[in-house]
Amino acid sequence: MISYFSHLLSANVELAITIAKIILLLFIVLTVNAYLTWFERKVVAHMQSRWGPHRVGPHGLLQPLADGVKFLFKEDPTPAGVDKFVYYLAPLLALALALTGIALIPFGPDPIRLFGHDIYLGIAPPDVNIGILALFAITAMGVYGVALAGWSSNSKYPLLGGLRSSAQMISYELALTMSVVGVLLMAGSFNLKKIIEAQAAPGIFGWGGISSWNIWPQLLGFFCFFVAAIAETNRVPFDLPEAESELVAGFHTEYASFKFAMFFIAEYTSMITVSCLCSIMFFGGWLSPFPASWTFTHYLPSAILIPFGLWVIWDGIRYETIFGRIILPGIGTAMAGAGGALILLPGVNLFIQGPFWLLSKILVFLFVYVWMRGTLPRFRYDQLMAFGWKLLLPLSIVNVIATSFIILAKMTWWAK
Amino acid sequence: MTAPLIVFFVLAALAVIGAVSLILQKHPIHSALSLIVVMIALAGLYLLLGAEFVAAVQIIVYGGAIMVLFVFVIMLLNAGIEEHTSVSKMAGPPGLLLVVALAGLIAATIVRSTDSIQSTLQTGEMSSSLGVSKTLGISNMIFKDFVYPFELTSFLILVAVLGATVLAQREKG
Repeated sequence: MISYFSHLLSANVELAITIAKIILLLFIVLTVNAYLTWFERKVVAHMQSRWGPHRVGPHGLLQPLADGVKFLFKEDPTPAGVDKFVYYLAPLLALALALTGIALIPFGPDPIRLFGHDIYLGIAPPDVNIGILALFAITAMGVYGVALAGWSSNSKYPLLGGLRSSAQMISYELALTMSVVGVLLMAGSFNLKKIIEAQAAPGIFGWGGISSWNIWPQLLGFFCFFVAAIAETNRVPFDLPEAESELVAGFHTEYASFKFAMFFIAEYTSMITVSCLCSIMFFGGWLSPFPASWTFTHYLPSAILIPFGLWVIWDGIRYETIFGRIILPGIGTAMAGAGGALILLPGVNLFIQGPFWLLSKILVFLFVYVWMRGTLPRFRYDQLMAFGWKLLLPLSIVNVIATSFIILAKMTWWAK
Repeated sequence: MTAPLIVFFVLAALAVIGAVSLILQKHPIHSALSLIVVMIALAGLYLLLGAEFVAAVQIIVYGGAIMVLFVFVIMLLNAGIEEHTSVSKMAGPPGLLLVVALAGLIAATIVRSTDSIQSTLQTGEMSSSLGVSKTLGISNMIFKDFVYPFELTSFLILVAVLGATVLAQREKG
């Protein structure tokens, strides 16, 4: 009886920890989403020789907050003749599925030990055997948000956008799934943690680090995966479902206020999930690109944080508004302080190595997303279909066959 | 009442409600959405049985690919609200007979396999001797034990794909 109660108690503690993690991750993801819009606008603006947002807060840093307030207080009209239930369901579905996807991502190798409980970074337990499959299941369901929004709006442009989106996502889902089969064959598991650990092997040169990542043997697979993933997230150059010049705003034309914001957040969350997947499956996840013997690279987080923090302080004291002159040096001091604290606390420094590298890689992929938006023109619809079916799908199948043959050869001939 | 049992009843209720709603809904899109609910509830039931691979594939193939195609076609044809005709006279007595027969069959199967159901309730997982609940077991079965039936099935699907392509091809003028 006592053991039963202790079991119940520990089960409840696990439940409480999971709920706390969900709330924390939700907060982090939504904040990152908000600042991703700021990042995107700033980067695209600088690529086009503009300043981007810079009026609301120092360097426009409070712009996401202003946008959020605007979304909340805007009038939220429901167009006449919509299918009410589906019209309200669609943005909810899109957002919920996008956020569920990110719950399956493991963010670090080691758990934090707190009151006798191992708390892993990431919501799903690290031994989910179908990690990548579950993610694909969520991606497969993601079509409904867009398709149903387009259909239920009772308007021709959203309907066309929804139809385009369904056709595009069905087409590219095949290439997306086929392109990761190579990685799965090499790791021998669907588990995201095991896929990362399989990339920690010494590799061909015995050097470890970057040389044993999946990106080298799976270059073709990565190309197919990344292109198909961009198409799945409806981003430039595959953003035909919301092509402004043809379809007004595509599937979300009839949505306003926070329902529009929900589609927006869903799109940015999918971007983060795809960046996580790219880093985990092809770029070693939380593994450092340097050999394990180079322990001095553990100070890299500090070496980035301290100079950047000092630069922010230096930039802040010369800022034109009083508010900026107070806030920016504050942020800079916090960054430099965190960098200094990491040098002084070797245990913490060792712990954040994994998350640090994973987050750096995610940031690089998010930058690539924005970079492409700033540089590439949109595909024509027939080009999009031809590209998906006639190039990406055959390439990813070739990749699967080649990878299987090499693995078979390694198992049979080279092993002798 | 253990936690898995509660989850089972929730999922089972969801599946039944979805299936009933599928028939009662007037609009094809609503019917398709109800069918998706059934598919997801079934996937949840598979997960409860420890068949994680089957659960994921259930959502990817049925919930994702096939139902997206259904919804896509309904949207493309812009199908409106269906007109319900009066119930066919044939559907009365023979339908009732079929319902009774099916219920009897299911009941007989449950009674016959009480032992394995008991063990499933206790362990919360399908007996591992089946070897089909885990991904490795499934791939061993498909690619070793039943490789020829499996390959024949893929050949059948290939023929179907070719047939669809031929039918959809424009006449050369």
